[in-house]
Amino acid sequence: MKIRSLDPRITRLEIEKNKEPVIDLKPLDHWQTFEVFVQVKKGQHHSHVGSLHAPNPEMAYILAKEQFGRRTKIVSLWVVKTADVFTAPGDEIMFERNDEKIYREAGGYKVMDRINRFKKSKK
Amino acid sequence: MQFNKEQTKALKELLYLLADDELILGHRNSEWTGLGPILEEDIAFSSMAQDKIGHAQNFFEMLHELGEPEPDTNAFARDENLFRCCHFVEYPIGEYNFSLMRHFLFDHAMFIRYGMLSGSSYEPLASAVRKFKGEMIYHVLHADTWIKQLSQADEESYRLMQSALDECLPLALGMFETLSGENLLSDSGIYSGEELLRQSWIEKVVPLIESAGLILPDLNNIQPAFGGRKGIHTDYLKPLLDEMSEVFKIDPDAEW
Repeated sequence: MKIRSLDPRITRLEIEKNKEPVIDLKPLDHWQTFEVFVQVKKGQHHSHVGSLHAPNPEMAYILAKEQFGRRTKIVSLWVVKTADVFTAPGDEIMFERNDEKIYREAGGYKVMDRINRFKKSKK
Repeated sequence: MQFNKEQTKALKELLYLLADDELILGHRNSEWTGLGPILEEDIAFSSMAQDKIGHAQNFFEMLHELGEPEPDTNAFARDENLFRCCHFVEYPIGEYNFSLMRHFLFDHAMFIRYGMLSGSSYEPLASAVRKFKGEMIYHVLHADTWIKQLSQADEESYRLMQSALDECLPLALGMFETLSGENLLSDSGIYSGEELLRQSWIEKVVPLIESAGLILPDLNNIQPAFGGRKGIHTDYLKPLLDEMSEVFKIDPDAEW
């Protein structure tokens, strides 16, 4: 019994109903992941926008271009192997704040981006 | 620049070639939407298919300016024998190796054709194809990357890419069928012709095919699949046109 769908493309594939899947992927039988960074405007930082699967950087780049550069205008794109991103184990506890040393925190920086953008727009 | 009646007729043949090749392959490639091998590739391939339809729309608008029917009517309600697309774009999507190889061979040809047309004496065409340049750079980068990747991944993928190349080449060479009135186009500076394009295309794709490790058959021994530019098509075109125009034909006067 073949699958008949309202979508003619599905019907054309002549897929057998209740058939075993053709490819049996094992849990770790996947491509590695890459982290994607885009630059919206020249001079600005590249910002992390997400990640994707790819077998190598070249493939990651062409796949990321449409995945993350399609809906907004970007001027530059970086892909980095997720495995190349270094982080220390147990970092969550290390970054916990001591409430008695709240004077160390620079709250002003939080709005710095907005202030800079505002200043630029006034120029 | 003003063109006489004969030159305008030849220009329209060229615009129909461009519009129909882009429309039909755009439609074909969009058949992969939702069925692509992986999610990101599905998005990329669909997006490029959309680019092609967009290019086609530009060419149909130019044709309309020159007195041909409205773009929608022209694309969806024209008889099969009035289409000027090559047989290559009419073929079903097949397996992904065929679709990728077609994308590679076709987009390189179209990119070069656009490059040749960017200096055309027909200014609307020249400025339109200059706008498409960025998209085409991505299309060929995408194609080159996949061809290299799959030709060198493992034995099975190599075999599949080689068989796709062998299947595609006669069809690909059919892209360069001489246009009716082509000498008028080159004399008036509109377009320097398909033979020049064929040579530039060979210079471009052969080193890429060889560096991917695929075996290139002797192109002189291949019989190109001609006929499309004269309105003689494969049996694949009619069902495609029926499916593509199904919604349009329910109510041709509908406002969209």
